[in-house]
Amino acid sequence: MTAAAPVTLSARNLIRRFGKRGAVNGVSLELHRGEVLGLLGHNGAGKSTTLQMLTGVLLPHAGTIEICGFDLARQPDQAKACIGYLPETPPLYRDMCVDGYLEFAARLRRVPAGRVAEALQQVKQRCGLQDVGRKLISTLSKGYQQRVGIAQAIIHHPEVIVLDEPTVGLDPAQLRDIRALIRELGDAHSVILSTHLLAEVESICDRVEIMQNGSLIYGDSSARMLQYGNGRMQLEEVFLDITGKHAARHDHAHHNGEAQP
Amino acid sequence: MIRLLALRELRSLLAAPSTWLMLGALQFVFSWFFLARLDAFLQVQTQLALIANAPGAAQTIVAPLFSTLALIMMMLVPVLTMRLLAEERRNQTLPLLLSAPLSSRQIVLGKFIGLMLFLLLPIAASTGMVLVLALGTPLDTGLLLSNATGLLLLTASYAALGLYVSALAVQPIVAAIGALATLFGLWLVEASASVGSFWHALAPSGHFQSFNTGLLDSNDCLYYLLFCIVFLLLAMRRLHNNRIYG
Repeated sequence: MTAAAPVTLSARNLIRRFGKRGAVNGVSLELHRGEVLGLLGHNGAGKSTTLQMLTGVLLPHAGTIEICGFDLARQPDQAKACIGYLPETPPLYRDMCVDGYLEFAARLRRVPAGRVAEALQQVKQRCGLQDVGRKLISTLSKGYQQRVGIAQAIIHHPEVIVLDEPTVGLDPAQLRDIRALIRELGDAHSVILSTHLLAEVESICDRVEIMQNGSLIYGDSSARMLQYGNGRMQLEEVFLDITGKHAARHDHAHHNGEAQP
Repeated sequence: MIRLLALRELRSLLAAPSTWLMLGALQFVFSWFFLARLDAFLQVQTQLALIANAPGAAQTIVAPLFSTLALIMMMLVPVLTMRLLAEERRNQTLPLLLSAPLSSRQIVLGKFIGLMLFLLLPIAASTGMVLVLALGTPLDTGLLLSNATGLLLLTASYAALGLYVSALAVQPIVAAIGALATLFGLWLVEASASVGSFWHALAPSGHFQSFNTGLLDSNDCLYYLLFCIVFLLLAMRRLHNNRIYG
């Protein structure tokens, strides 16, 4: 990735609460073309909520999101046309066949009618779905369903691809294929994915942001994150070290705050 | 976009075996009533011939048939509307629609139109069955058409209400029970209130009566139109709130 690559997604100061509990507090992100960004964090850190806001599924309480220069709140149609999104649970209509579903997804994302067949052929080849085109989605295994989920997110060649835990439930061979696919997608598009698999970060992400308690606490290129602690630590240790330190600071500040009148 | 969503909805309805079972059962019940009414008409036909200005075949067969059908629709429509949004929510397919370049209006209208296209099937089939009478006797097609129009409008109002309840619920079965309870409540209110009172005018079923007697009243048409618009707007609003409250 070069510094001159255009910004495809930028989010500033996103805030989201559920009731009184803050889920995301002031997250700012920037994504360039040709970049794969990994969003790391413990369970409940606010990763999925952040991704939902980036794709317009959830409205932020404050903050702005711009996708390919379109403001998501003001020009939602243009902005959303540039996104492909795979939620935590793949959004599959189980009573449809794979071809029918992907065709529907393509039309939904405004692929012109004449180009749907071509896009379908291409995406099936990319995700290894050639043999299951006529099958009902409900009869597919979890790994294939996940692949169909990824296929619907990339069928319209979006500028920004948002993947929420894309490799959950895949066997090692599929894992390798999907990682290679994401790496390949990262060359022409920008990809943002959430995960708690650190090996994934190492193998496919250009950049890492670590999230805890709804804020970003660490962001760097994945190569530099590996060198954290003079390269003596494993990635797991680095991650636990960073999140642990932050939690300790957080607790400390909290206690001090309570002690004052 | 609305057409795309409507056709998907229609296709998924037609792909389910239970839909065909339901259509078949409805048609069976309807034809049973139809033959019973026809039989009764044939028995009293000779006496009717003696009366001046006697009610014809359409009046004695069609009108009661369609009011029965209106009652059956009240129970059938909630079963069909329950899936519309509640199932998307339960299967977590709603993010697909919410993250696509679609407005809440397009989603709600797509679903509504898809279901109405499907509901045209039983209405058209029933009307066609009654039209068979025209082979043997002069038929009051005006009365038949006004009944069919009324039934279509009535069904549309039920579908709009059911769609809104489905937008509120997470479980389809809750949506079905909720919509059925609301419709049944409205029907009871209508049945117990005196004709012409506010409560009588409140329920959709009351406004079907003029269509049933062959009267195309613009007031009633307007009522159905408003009823549909109100509940579709509420459903759009609920879908928008989905993005706010999660």
